[in-house]
Amino acid sequence: MVTLMKYTKRTFLLLWLVFLFAWKTSSYDIGDIVADFTLKNVDGKMISLYDYKSAQGVIVIFDCNTCPYSRIYNDRIINLHQKFVLKGFPVITINPNSPTLSPGDSFDEMVARANSKGYTFPYLVDEHQEVARSFGASNTPHVFVLKKESQGFKVAYIGTIDNNSRDASAVTKNYVEDAVNALLENRTIAMTRTKAIGCGIKWSN
Amino acid sequence: MLKPFFVVYILAAQWAIAQEAAVVKFDRVHALIESQSDGINVINFWATWCAPCVKEIPLFEALNAKNDPTIKVTLINLDFVEKLDKVNLFISRKNMKSEVLLLDEIDYNSWIDKVDKRWGGAIPATLVINQKTGQRRFIDRPLGEGDLEKMIFELRNQ
Repeated sequence: MVTLMKYTKRTFLLLWLVFLFAWKTSSYDIGDIVADFTLKNVDGKMISLYDYKSAQGVIVIFDCNTCPYSRIYNDRIINLHQKFVLKGFPVITINPNSPTLSPGDSFDEMVARANSKGYTFPYLVDEHQEVARSFGASNTPHVFVLKKESQGFKVAYIGTIDNNSRDASAVTKNYVEDAVNALLENRTIAMTRTKAIGCGIKWSN
Repeated sequence: MLKPFFVVYILAAQWAIAQEAAVVKFDRVHALIESQSDGINVINFWATWCAPCVKEIPLFEALNAKNDPTIKVTLINLDFVEKLDKVNLFISRKNMKSEVLLLDEIDYNSWIDKVDKRWGGAIPATLVINQKTGQRRFIDRPLGEGDLEKMIFELRNQ
């Protein structure tokens, strides 16, 4: 009986570990409600997703200082914020890169980037890389468009900004703009998931 | 009479002239992935600006240098096509011998899933296929110690 209990205990522990592991590695899909997070901004203040609960939604972008694609898309990200902030869809950028592996992504370098480009939106440090992991972000820039609903922020689009990184003037599909416009006009989003070549997030483990 | 000298000349020329990247469209990569052979295809996606990619290139070069007829190494470069000179300079400076294809397809979303559905688009990414069985291994992160050998071993022994 004692042995049986021991085994049951052990099995329970094992199951719990499996569950914990599965939970930790799962990532958001279209339609999922996003858990709140709180991260430090380049101005030193803490910012939470649910600080934005009066917005229509949020354009969350995992981004960094060092990736060439992030640099290429920097002005396009600034434009996205300018275009949609007054319509209720502000941009929040989050840097998930380990500064140990990528020194150009240190907090000081992030502050310098935000200042030199005159960011009017948050540029948050995902120090423990937990937010990037929970979202399932894999590269930079990686966009998640969230729509505010009564239950919380719901994932509406996951992917890339547009279909031409090399040349903004040659873009024929503005995936993020199209998604946000569809949400604003209560239409279905034509493409809810896209992929693009990008720099892999510099994971510390 | 001149034939042996000619052969030596060709070999010497091949050795001396650095590899150059061939600019290709996705159909070439698709043909590579779907190729009918008995061998193992090792395909790595990289770019000159990607530090973790550059760091693992010696792994692929070492594998290629084994001249194992059952293993084909192909390095698919994702620099923009206007950087071809930079890519070729990189190849000659590193004295790379593996085949390099510069994939000139800017509409990434149109082809990433055709490489592997699990791929989000981050590089470096490595795809290893046993062309006979169709079994594949895919890693969209920097390779760990022994990862490449492990993938090849598993695919050979399945």
